Amino acid sequence: MDFNDSPEEAAFRTEVRAWLEANASPKGEATGFNRARWSEADALKRAKEWQAKRAAAGYAKITWPKEVGGRGGTPIQQVIYNQEEAKFDVPTGFFDIGLGMCIPTLMTYGKPEDLKRYVKPALLGQEIWCQLFSEPAAGSDVAGLRTRAEKDGDEWVINGQKVWTSGAHYSDFGILLTRTDPNVPKHKGLTMFYIDMKDPAVVVKPIKQINGGANFNEVYFTDLRVKDSQRLGAVGDGWKVALTTLMHERLAVGGGGGGNGPDYKELLELARATELEDGPAIRNASVREKIADTYVRTQGLKYTTYRTMTALSRGQQPGPEASIGKVVSAPKLQDVTGYGMDLQDQAGVLIGASDAPLEAAFQQAYMWAPGLRIAGGTDEILRNIIAERVLGLPGDIRVDKDLPFKDAPTGR
Amino acid sequence: MNFDFSDDQKELREQAQRFLRDRCTPKAVRNILEGGDTYDRTLWKGVVEMGWTATVIPEEFGGLGLGYLELCVIAEELGRVVAPIPFASSVYLATEAILLAGSAEQKAKYLPKLASGELVGTFAMAEGAGAATPRTVRTTLKSGKLDGTKVPVADGNVADFAIVLARTSDDGERSLTLAIVDLKGPGVTRKAVTTIDPTRDQAEIAFAGAPAEALGGAGDGWSLTRQIQDRAAVLVAFEQVGGASACLEMAKDYALNRYAFGRQIASFQAIKHKLADMYVNNEIARSNAYYGAWALSTGSAELPEAAAGARVSATQAYDYASKENIQTHGGMGFTWELDCQLYFRRARTDGLSLGPARAWKERLVQQLERKNAA
Repeated sequence: MDFNDSPEEAAFRTEVRAWLEANASPKGEATGFNRARWSEADALKRAKEWQAKRAAAGYAKITWPKEVGGRGGTPIQQVIYNQEEAKFDVPTGFFDIGLGMCIPTLMTYGKPEDLKRYVKPALLGQEIWCQLFSEPAAGSDVAGLRTRAEKDGDEWVINGQKVWTSGAHYSDFGILLTRTDPNVPKHKGLTMFYIDMKDPAVVVKPIKQINGGANFNEVYFTDLRVKDSQRLGAVGDGWKVALTTLMHERLAVGGGGGGNGPDYKELLELARATELEDGPAIRNASVREKIADTYVRTQGLKYTTYRTMTALSRGQQPGPEASIGKVVSAPKLQDVTGYGMDLQDQAGVLIGASDAPLEAAFQQAYMWAPGLRIAGGTDEILRNIIAERVLGLPGDIRVDKDLPFKDAPTGR
Repeated sequence: MNFDFSDDQKELREQAQRFLRDRCTPKAVRNILEGGDTYDRTLWKGVVEMGWTATVIPEEFGGLGLGYLELCVIAEELGRVVAPIPFASSVYLATEAILLAGSAEQKAKYLPKLASGELVGTFAMAEGAGAATPRTVRTTLKSGKLDGTKVPVADGNVADFAIVLARTSDDGERSLTLAIVDLKGPGVTRKAVTTIDPTRDQAEIAFAGAPAEALGGAGDGWSLTRQIQDRAAVLVAFEQVGGASACLEMAKDYALNRYAFGRQIASFQAIKHKLADMYVNNEIARSNAYYGAWALSTGSAELPEAAAGARVSATQAYDYASKENIQTHGGMGFTWELDCQLYFRRARTDGLSLGPARAWKERLVQQLERKNAA
């Protein structure tokens, strides 16, 4: 048992590090919660430049075959690259959904000419993709979606609305799950397409969140016409195609983490600097217990990731323990940030970066933690997934399973 | 990255599982629970024959000279079956104490017999309710004589000798010393005490001028105790993880086979989410225990931090799993007849044996503070 790279892994790490050092600047000592914020347009421009650079060097998608611009490498090499890149101040994130979910779906169900047209520009960061699944009436139960696609000659006409679409406002293309047959049970009447997000029949409206940000969108389709050649998979097979997309989401190692929010180290830092009614917070037994409780969850997750990496390093499939990340980290973030605000006492309400300790990291993360518990699978859905896929417990009894979709019960 | 057990160690695990499946059935554990004996002598004999008591003892002292990772593997399997034997007391505590602090003579005297199972040792620290610390320990070691009362002492009626935390001065952190005492010798009175977990023997031991010799330097007792506990905490964490995993398996099997309201209770989200939480806690505990295993097996300076993390995490996971296993079983879970009780009892005993999670959280933060100061 050790934490060392194998000789091949060490050589790859050295190579990656040398390339990063030549092409990027290391992160500073700052905690990183509130590093200089770029406008989205600037950040996107920088991200596209960086994506082009790392794609040219063969680091954008290490496990993809060389023919499509990957490196033909192993999952552990991808993890090593991610670990090293995380030490550098580079803009990422804009391409994760496209390259992690949409393009792999296209690779499975698209035609050779689709791959020829779309994979490379996506890899090089020239074109961005989004995923159009969730709807106002179809969140956790995404198969309950209502966006209609109706056949008209060699085309489909699409009407409806999607919601929670990350990055729709700067995306060039999207994969879109639609209902093509409301007369069969809900999972059987779905069909997947890819669409041009710049089509005038597509209207994108940002959603303002609790924390004031707008990371997601509503997307409206009004008589959007799509060629039948843009269909992915057979008519009525959309659910199967969507599962491919979601499987790629889950395969992303280290995905579903808690992001950059404050954790036990920041709680320690805060406790050292804060006076409570009975003296320094760091001397308070209940504060110390909280730090320890947070530590064991955080470290437990970290070492779980190491176990997953070990499986990858040995060329094995990761075990089911890889699925626990977000269901631990998201509630933990909500818990830690609230506690950090408690320590600040009445001033815990202050959220200005210059007004609160650690540049208001606790307050800022507290305001987006509720979203983290929902996005990418709610706490409840993640527990269902663990219960059903890991422990083998039965699925829920679905009252709408055998009903034609149009007859399934709905709320207002 | 190689953060997992080796193929050989996994083979050892399978071997241990096969052995214990036959030799340590719930019926055998119940025999001890219901007063058939203070421990399972047949199982103990088998465990000794398997060489498990000799695992980390160097070959020069009659041991197998294997590493701590092998012992961690064995610990998890013993925990999984709630083995009613003095393994933790003799192997994780007494053997470790002598390996850590014993003189050449003491090692030569005790280690071969601990390896062969001829001697069973234990560690005596507590003196009734509350923490045993340099401020509170009243048992004294003076001119080679031990006086005072220790209670509870795990496996105290079974053990041949004990390592006792005793006062030798009033010099603060250096006021305590470890002493080895023959429990069958003069000046020792042992009495069984009733506890929440009769599958593990516990005793009250009174010393009245019992002849004893120091283990390690005078005044080193407190520091040594903490080092011994760090080692034992990792090993017990594996027992706890094994027990918590068994609870999840039991709860899962029951939920799949129990029907209510016309369906398997395992199909209700209230049950599914409970079992998912058990799984998550168990995996978190397992990963923390692995880190402890790494620190223990490599002699890392991070052992105190890793041991405390493993201990807290494993105690939390086993507590939760053992309670919610009963809850999943409903009324039947509360009966003497079902085996939920074996884990419910052992979870609490394991969670207290080296001191409670509360105390280990404090130890953990002390380590984090020390790291910060460095």
